Amino acid sequence: VFSIKSYSALNLYSCSLKNEDLKEMLESNKESLKLEAMKRIVGLIAKGKNASELFPAVVKNVASKNIELKKLVYVYLVRYAEEQQDLALLSISTFQRALKDPNQLIRASALRVLSSIRVPIIVPIMMLAIKEAATDLSPYVRKTAAHAIQKLYSLDPEQKEHLIEVIDKLLKDKSTLVAGSVVMAFEEVCPDRIDLIHKNYRKLCNLLVDVEEWGQVVIITMLTRYARTQFLSPWREDALFDENSEKAFYDSDVEKEKADSKPYMMDPDHRLLLRNTKPLLQSRNTAVVMAVAQLYWHLAPKQEVSIVTKSLVRLLRSHREVQYIVLQNIATMSIQRKGMFEPFLKSFYVRSTDATHIKTLKLEILTNLATEANISTILREFQTYVKSQDKQFAATTIQAIGRCATNISEITDTCLNGLVLLLSNRDETVVAECVVVIKKLLQTQPSQHSDIIKHMAKLLDNITVPMARASILWLIGEYCERVPKIAPDVLRKVAKSFTSEEDIVKLQTLNLAAKLYLTNSKQTKLLTQYILNLGKYDQNYDIRDRTRFLRQLIVPNEKSGALSKYAKRILLASKPAPVLESAFKDRDRFQLGTLSHTLNAKASGYLELSDWPTVAPDQSVRNVEVMEPQSLERQPSTRGSDLFAYHLLVLLCSDSDDAKEKKRPKPKLDSVSSHSKASSSSDNTASSGSESEEDTDSDSEPEQKKKKKLSSKPQVRQILSFNCGCKMCLCVTAFQVSSPVFVPPKSHELLHRMSGKGLAVSYHFPRQPCAYSHRMVSVQLTLTNGRDQPLEDICVGEAGPPGIAIHRFATIERLQPEASITVSMGIDFNDSTQAANFQLCTKTDQFSVSIQPAVGELLMPVTMTEQDFLKEQGQLTGMNESSVTITIAPDSMSSQPVGRKVVSVANMGVVPSSQNSIHRFAAKTVSSGSLVLSSVVLQEASTAKLVVNTEKTVLGSVLLRELKTALSQG
Amino acid sequence: MIHSLFLVNSSGDIFLEKHWKSVVSRSVCDYFFEAQERASEPENVPPVIPTPHHYLISVLRHRIYFVAVIQSEVPPLFVIEFLHRVVDTFQDYFGVCTEAAIKDNVVVVYELLEEMLDNGFPLATESNILKELIKPPTILRTVVNTITGSTNVGEQLPTGQLSVVPWRRTGVKYTNNEAYFDVVEEIDAIIDKSGSTITAEIQGVIDACVKLSGMPDLTLSFMNPRLLDDVSFHPCVRFKRWEAERILSFIPPDGNFRLLSYHVSSQNLVAIPVYVKHNITFREGSSQGRFELTLGPKQTMGKAVESVLVSSQLPRGVLNVNLNPSQGTYTFDPVTKLLSWDVGKINPQKLPSLKGSMSLQAGASKPDENPTINIQFKIQQMAISGLKVNRLDMYGEKYKPFKGIKYMTKAGKFQVRT
Repeated sequence: VFSIKSYSALNLYSCSLKNEDLKEMLESNKESLKLEAMKRIVGLIAKGKNASELFPAVVKNVASKNIELKKLVYVYLVRYAEEQQDLALLSISTFQRALKDPNQLIRASALRVLSSIRVPIIVPIMMLAIKEAATDLSPYVRKTAAHAIQKLYSLDPEQKEHLIEVIDKLLKDKSTLVAGSVVMAFEEVCPDRIDLIHKNYRKLCNLLVDVEEWGQVVIITMLTRYARTQFLSPWREDALFDENSEKAFYDSDVEKEKADSKPYMMDPDHRLLLRNTKPLLQSRNTAVVMAVAQLYWHLAPKQEVSIVTKSLVRLLRSHREVQYIVLQNIATMSIQRKGMFEPFLKSFYVRSTDATHIKTLKLEILTNLATEANISTILREFQTYVKSQDKQFAATTIQAIGRCATNISEITDTCLNGLVLLLSNRDETVVAECVVVIKKLLQTQPSQHSDIIKHMAKLLDNITVPMARASILWLIGEYCERVPKIAPDVLRKVAKSFTSEEDIVKLQTLNLAAKLYLTNSKQTKLLTQYILNLGKYDQNYDIRDRTRFLRQLIVPNEKSGALSKYAKRILLASKPAPVLESAFKDRDRFQLGTLSHTLNAKASGYLELSDWPTVAPDQSVRNVEVMEPQSLERQPSTRGSDLFAYHLLVLLCSDSDDAKEKKRPKPKLDSVSSHSKASSSSDNTASSGSESEEDTDSDSEPEQKKKKKLSSKPQVRQILSFNCGCKMCLCVTAFQVSSPVFVPPKSHELLHRMSGKGLAVSYHFPRQPCAYSHRMVSVQLTLTNGRDQPLEDICVGEAGPPGIAIHRFATIERLQPEASITVSMGIDFNDSTQAANFQLCTKTDQFSVSIQPAVGELLMPVTMTEQDFLKEQGQLTGMNESSVTITIAPDSMSSQPVGRKVVSVANMGVVPSSQNSIHRFAAKTVSSGSLVLSSVVLQEASTAKLVVNTEKTVLGSVLLRELKTALSQG
Repeated sequence: MIHSLFLVNSSGDIFLEKHWKSVVSRSVCDYFFEAQERASEPENVPPVIPTPHHYLISVLRHRIYFVAVIQSEVPPLFVIEFLHRVVDTFQDYFGVCTEAAIKDNVVVVYELLEEMLDNGFPLATESNILKELIKPPTILRTVVNTITGSTNVGEQLPTGQLSVVPWRRTGVKYTNNEAYFDVVEEIDAIIDKSGSTITAEIQGVIDACVKLSGMPDLTLSFMNPRLLDDVSFHPCVRFKRWEAERILSFIPPDGNFRLLSYHVSSQNLVAIPVYVKHNITFREGSSQGRFELTLGPKQTMGKAVESVLVSSQLPRGVLNVNLNPSQGTYTFDPVTKLLSWDVGKINPQKLPSLKGSMSLQAGASKPDENPTINIQFKIQQMAISGLKVNRLDMYGEKYKPFKGIKYMTKAGKFQVRT
C-alpha cells in the first residue's frame, strides 16, 4: 500500500481517501488539512493515478501564503493545466502579480510556473513575461527566462522570430548563471543561427570555467559545432604530426618548404577555445569531461588530442552506465588513434564482475589496440577470457582473436593453432565460434591447411550449431580438391540428415553438392541429384530457388544456356578473404559523446558537425566593439532598487568625461574625441573605431597629405606639439600608431578578496591609447564586491612614487554585493618598469596596492614599411642595440607562432617582411615616444638571433630578456 | 532534455513517475521491460534503449532502475550523470535510497525532482542549495511539523543559488568549528595464477566533512603532490592555483562532500598488501574437488589488514562444499554458487586458511576454468601510495578550527585468477 508517512490523526483514513474527502479537506479553513490533502494528491500523481477531477478545488489554493502548499499546488497545476485549460486560466493573474514582486526568487518562480502551463491561449502573456524577465536586473530571473523560451517555443513554434530576439539579447548577457541556459535555448530554437554566436564567442569561452556544470556541457557542444564552421582545419599537416612525427620533423627541407608555402596558423579564437576548455577535463562531472574530450577530438590539432586520454580512462572508474558510454567513445577513437590509448592497455582488461556489454566493449578496444608489439600480451589475456564461465563472452573473445589474426599477419598461424586446439573444447558455443573464425582465417591462406580442413570435417559428426555446420560444409566445398577423399563422404552424411537441417546448413549442402558434382562427378552424381530433389520440394523458397538455379547451372541438358559452360568458373571462383572489421569503424560519422553515436543511428534533433571550411571565414565577426560596465546593456526597470542601480550606471558611464573636464582643463576636443576612440575600440580587439580605419587607409596617400591630415587629429597633434624639440621624435610621429594585434587579455590580481575585506580587484592592460593623456598607459580595473553589504565610496587615494603620474578613476559611490564593475585608469610609468603604488580607499578601509607593468605594456605598436624599419634600425646601433642568439622552441619555427609570441609579450606592431626567416616588430614607448624595434632572424638548427634597437637601453635589455624567454618556450 | 522519469523496481513495477514536459504514457516503459527480460542479469540491461518515438536512458542503483525518457539528441552521459546525482541526493536526504524510503517520502521526492529540473534542464543539483529549499526529513521534524503545522519547505528563499559560490549556503554558524578530511585509497588489481601482478592501480579520493562558520577559505597542501597523476575536483577548487602551485585552495561547501578524486601515476609500483595461496583442483571423472586457500599480509608497512572478505563464484558443476575455516565464517549458496568467507583481521603469526572439499555433480565433466577470487580488505591509518597531507590553513575567518586527517586503504576491484 502506498502511504505517506504522517503521524497525524488523518492516518485513520489511510490512503484510500475518496476524491470527495480530499475536496472537502481542500475547502476547509485549516491550512494543515489543505496541506495534507495536497500531499496525498501529489502521492496520487506520483503513482500515475488520475487526479484531474480535483482541479477546481486545488486551483483555489494557488495564492496560498503557505509556501509548501503553494509549491504543491504548482506541481499539480503544471501536471493538469493542459487537460483543464479553462480552469487553469483562473490562476494566471496570481502569477502575473508575482512577476512584479520585489523579491527576485518569487519573480523567477512565478515565471517558471507560468511558462510551464501548457495552455495555448496564454502565449501572448508568456511572451510578454519572458521579454520583461529577459531584461530583469536579477541574473536568476534572466536564467528562468532563458528556460521559459524553450517552453514557449514547444507550445507555439510560431513565436520563433520573437524568441530569437530574446535569445540574442540574453546571449549578450555576461552572467555565468544565464550563459548555459540561454545556449540551451539557442540549441533548441535556432541552432542554425550561428551568426548570433559570433559576438559572444570570446565571452562564452572566457566565462566557461565559471558556468555551472550542466551549462558547460551544452556550451561546449555548441561551440564544437560553431568552431567547425568558423576555423580552418588544424589537421592539414597531418603527416607532420601523426604517429611518426619525429621522423617527419627532421625530414628533408622539401617538406618544410611545402609547409612554409602555405603556413597554417591557428586562429587565436580557435586556440582560446581549446585553452579554456582544457581545465574542465578535471571536472567531477563525467558529462563535462566527455564534452571536452569530444571537443578536442573534433577540433584540436592531432598531436594535442591525446591530453584527453587520461581523463577518459579515469571515467572508467565511474558507474557502469558511465563506463558503457565512455568505452563506446574510446572504441571509436581507438580505431583511428591507437597511440592514444595504447599506454593504458591494461585499463581495458576484463574483470569477471563486469557486465556483459562492458566486457564486449573492452574486448573491442583491446582488439583495436593490438599491434605487433603488444599482441603477445593481449593474446595471453584473451586465453584467460576464452576459459571464462560466461560462454557467450568466450565466443566473443574468439571472434576478437580472429580479428587480431587477420590484422597482424605474424600471428595468424599461432592463432589458428590455438583455435584448432579450442575445437576440442567441451562447450558447443565456443567450438562453433571457433569453426566460423577458422573458416574466415583459412580463406586468407588455404594452401597450407588441408590438415585443419580434415579435422573440421570430422567435427561435423558432433557439432550441432547450424552456423558452424554451414561453415564446415562451405569450407569443404570450397577446397574440395584438397580433400578429395573426404569430401564425398561428408556429402553422403549430410544427404542423410538433409531434411532435419537448418536452412543455412541446407543451402551450404546444396553448394557443396554442386561443387563436388563439378569436380568429382563420378562419385557424387547420384548423391547430388538426390539432394537437388530434396531441395526442390523444400518448404523454404530460398532453398527451392537455389536448387533450381544450381540444377540449371551444373546439370547439362539441351535447354541449358551458355552459362553452364562457365559453371565451374562461377562456383569455384577464388573468393576474396573476408575483412574482419570493427563494429565501430564508421561510428565516427557521428559527433562523439552524442546519443546518435551511442545508438549508431541518427537520433531526432541531431545536429551534424560540418566539415572544416576550405577558406577561412572572416575572423573579425567575433570582434566586439564596445565593452561596457557589466550591467549597462540591461534596460533599467523602474523598481526601487533597480532605479538606484540605474543612476549609478549613468554616473559611471558619464564620469570619465565629466571628471576630465573638471580636473584637467585641456582642450575639450581632445578629451572628447580621444575618449570616443578609446571606447569604440576597447576590449583588446584588432578592430578599431572609424578613426583608426581611416589611419590605415591613409597609408597609401602621399606623405605630405598624410601629415596634414594627421595634424587635424587632436591626439596626434598633441604628440607633435609635445615633442617638437626633438628631431628624432618628429620622425617617430610620422609612423602611425596602429591598433594592437589581438592577444587574449591577461588579468592580474591587484587586491585579493581576502586582503581586501571582500573587495577584489584585478587589472589588465587593454593595450588601447589612453583617453586621459597620451603619455599614460591605460589600465582597466575590475572591482568585485565579495561582501554581503554594499561597498561605498571606492576611490584612489595617495599615489606614488613621484615620477609616476596617475589618472584616478572617478569615485564609485556604491558597489552592490556580488556586483562587479570595470573602470579605467591611466598611469604614466615614465617608460620604466617601476611599480605604480597607490591606495585604494573605501568608505571604511584603505588598501595599498601596486601595479607593476610588464615592459611590453609600455609600448604602442606602430606601422612602418620594411625600408623605414631598416633605416631606423641603422640609426639605432651601437649602445642602442642589444642582441642575443637563442634556441627557439620547435613549434615557433614557422612565422606565425613567432609573431604571436612576440605580440603576446610586447604590444608591438608587425612590420611586413620580404623574407620568411626574418620577423620584424616596431613600437614606440608610450611615455616618451621613443622608437623600439625588434627583429627575430631564424637560423639553422632551430636557433634564432634576436635584436632589439632602442635608445631606451634599459627598457631594451629588459624587453630582450622577456622576448627570449617567450620564444624559447614551447 | 529530460522529458520524464520513471522509477522501476526489481520486479518490474513502476512505482513513481514524474514529468517535466507534457505527460508521456507509462506504456513507453514496455520497451524497457522487454530489454529487462532479455538480460540475464539486472546489470546487463543496456543503459540506452531506442524506441520509435523516444529514447530511454536508465541507471540501476540500489536495485531500482531510474529510467529517463528523452525525445531528442542529448549527450547520454549528461542524463546518466544527472540520474546518479538524483540517487545521491535521495541517499543524502533519506539515508538510504530504497523503494520503501522513496515511497515513504514521496512528497519530498517530488519537491526535490521539481527543483532539480526545469523543463528537463538541470536547475539546482547542489545538495547545499537543495537543503536550503527543502529540509531533509527527520523523525523529530516530522513530529514537530505535525504538531505545529509547519513545513519541510524552507521559509526563507535560498540565496546560495545567486552567489558566486553557489555550492555554499550563506549564514553558516557552528559552535564547534571543525574540518575533517578522509584520504581513502583503493587498489584495483588483477593477480594471475602464479601470484604475479597483471595490472594494479591506485585510485584515491579525499572526502571532507567541513563544519565551519561563515565563509572560510581553505588551502590544503601535500608533502608529495607529484604522486597525483590525474585529478578531478569539486567545483569549489581553484584550478589555476593547483596548476601553478599544486595547492588545493577552496571555499568549501557546508557539510560532507568529495573534494578530490585522484589517480596515482602508473609509473609508481603499486604495493600489494595481501597475497593468496590457493590450490583449487577438480579431477576428471571424480565427484570430488579440493579447495585450499591461505591468505597472508605483504607490504603493509606494519599495519593490520582488517575486514577481509573473500568471495568467489564457483563453477556451475559444484553441488556443495565442505570447508574448514581457520578463522571467520564462510557461506556457500548452492543456487548462485557464490562462496564467501568473512575472514576478519589477518594475524601474521597465524595465517587464515580455508580448506576442504567440493562435491561435484556426478558424471559432469571437469570445469574448464578455475574460479576467480575477489578480495576486500581495509587498512587503517595508511595511504598505500604514500600520499601525505602537509598542512591545512584557513583564511577569511577569525576563529581557530579543529582539523583532522584520516588515512585508509581499501581493496577496490581486487581479483585473483586461479
